[in-house]
Amino acid sequence: MSDAATDNAATPPLIRMRGVTKVYGSGQAAMHALRGIDLTIESGEFVAVMGPSGSGKSTCMNVLGCLDTPSGGSYRFQDIEVPSLTRRQRALLRRHRFGFIFQGYNLLPRTTALENVELPLMYRGTALRERRSLALGALAHVGLSGWEQHRPGELSGGQQQRVAIARAIVTEPAVLLADEPTGNLDSIRSHEVMELLRGLNRDDGITIVMVTHEADMAAYAGRVVQFADGLVASDLRQKECA
Amino acid sequence: MWWDTLLLAFREIRRRMLRSFLTVLGVVIGVAAVIIMVTVGRGATAKITSDISSLGSNLLVVIAGQHRGPGGSSAPPKAFYLHDVAAVVEQVPSLRAVAPTASRQTKVVYGNENRSTSVIGTTDQYLTTRAWGLTAGRGFAEAELRAGKAVCLLGETVRAALFGRLSPLGERIRVGKFSCQVIGVLASKGQSSMGSDQDDTVLIPLRTFQRRIAGNQDVGAIMVSAATEADTDKVKIDIQRLLRERRRVAAGDDDDFTVLDMKEITATLTGTTRVLTMLLGAVAAVSLLVGGIGIMNIMLVSVTERTREIGTRLAIGALESEVLRQFLVEAVVLSSLGGLIGVAIALAVTLAITRTMHIPFLFDPDIIALAFAFSGAIGVIFGYVPARRAARLDPIEALRHE
Repeated sequence: MSDAATDNAATPPLIRMRGVTKVYGSGQAAMHALRGIDLTIESGEFVAVMGPSGSGKSTCMNVLGCLDTPSGGSYRFQDIEVPSLTRRQRALLRRHRFGFIFQGYNLLPRTTALENVELPLMYRGTALRERRSLALGALAHVGLSGWEQHRPGELSGGQQQRVAIARAIVTEPAVLLADEPTGNLDSIRSHEVMELLRGLNRDDGITIVMVTHEADMAAYAGRVVQFADGLVASDLRQKECA
Repeated sequence: MWWDTLLLAFREIRRRMLRSFLTVLGVVIGVAAVIIMVTVGRGATAKITSDISSLGSNLLVVIAGQHRGPGGSSAPPKAFYLHDVAAVVEQVPSLRAVAPTASRQTKVVYGNENRSTSVIGTTDQYLTTRAWGLTAGRGFAEAELRAGKAVCLLGETVRAALFGRLSPLGERIRVGKFSCQVIGVLASKGQSSMGSDQDDTVLIPLRTFQRRIAGNQDVGAIMVSAATEADTDKVKIDIQRLLRERRRVAAGDDDDFTVLDMKEITATLTGTTRVLTMLLGAVAAVSLLVGGIGIMNIMLVSVTERTREIGTRLAIGALESEVLRQFLVEAVVLSSLGGLIGVAIALAVTLAITRTMHIPFLFDPDIIALAFAFSGAIGVIFGYVPARRAARLDPIEALRHE
């Protein structure tokens, strides 16, 4: 999509949050989920977001993915000021720039892996034949050749999550947002999925922002952002793993 | 995109085959009922019209008393007499036949069999006015009429009840208190449009009736057959003028008799049937509406069940309008399928009903197209609220939904 991983000073950062707040409710009952987030993510990064429950990391991911709007502050995605967008414009932005991976996979039940992967292309209006070949390619990319006609119920958790990853990358998004992608998987499957994500980041230059609870999953990322009480508590770049 | 949406709708419906079928049952029944009511109603109207015209559309029936006035008549109507009939024959032009009649429900007996039937005293002209033939024997002879002989013609129903497979000709039956020889059998006419059995009757000479059954000289009704249909209006006016004069009805007073015109009766009856058809059709349309509510109900359930799916779709970039369209198309496809099934059932049932009721099957593409279009419209109307609910879901909430 965009020319990934070039640290050219002229191009704006992929994601730039300044003083982003999010308040639920009002008055006495008001709940401050985000109290002023400053966060910049460059194209090509692999960022792990960590923090205890209620630290605001999920809210931040929702704002990041244009599923939610901030109560205050500035959020620029590429050169788009997200808070000013309408619901429809945010949907179109998600369609063309974002890929989502969920903890519970969220595949359509009783629908084949191939059709699940085709779904975002259908909303983009891609022609059937091209859709099919792109979806087959994406499934092959996540190592699921031969499983195209299986339904989610016939696949293991790890396989389902890989179908979900194929669905997220088939549109070649600018950024992949993963919300605890290994939360429902055992340790072996978790590492397989993480290897896959690292490969997508390193070899294909896909930007990944991932929420996780587990430190050994966060270790796959090049950068770890810690959340606490609606603020960024720490932001550490890790040494490149070999 | 439209094609994908349509395919998706069909898939969702097929996935929940039984539930989909139960959901559209209301629409199926509604559409079927509308079509059946209207088609059968039109057939019945056509049947009534043809029945009455077969009875003779140029037939006029003159009866004593004012029948259309409000409330019951205070005094028993003044009867006609034979000289009234003679006057009609002499003074009214363009007549084919005139038959005086008098009737009473009387018991007839043959051997061990007996039956209470309508005994009509009349003349040989009666058969002409009613366009009625004989299957056996002969009609009344002039001498028998004049002398008031004890002879009779049997309607088919009475013949079957009394004689079964025996030949009735020449046999003597008891009519009320006297014995009477069977000289002929009437052809079967079947049910009248009002539902009474026209074959449940025995004809005897009027004079015989007056002497042996009624005990008076009264003529209850006069059947008049105009020469042509075009003459009926003129004949009707002539008869009214003549009888007013003879019965000394003062100018300005209402007639104390009624001239029934079969054309008018046809119009009244078909009008009634049409109103009934419309009424029943309206009731059926209400059931179609109820069917729509069933669809709305199930679509709402379906939206709730598929909340996570909707959340996923919205997250990966489906627009509100696209989710709305998906559910709306699903509802329309569902109700249209129901409409289609309803049309098929309606055609089968209508065919069966018209066969058993012996009324014509009038295939009417208009009402079928209308009912089908209506079922589609039901899908749009009642699918909109659930579809909008789906489209307005907050993706974050929807994704979290279990």
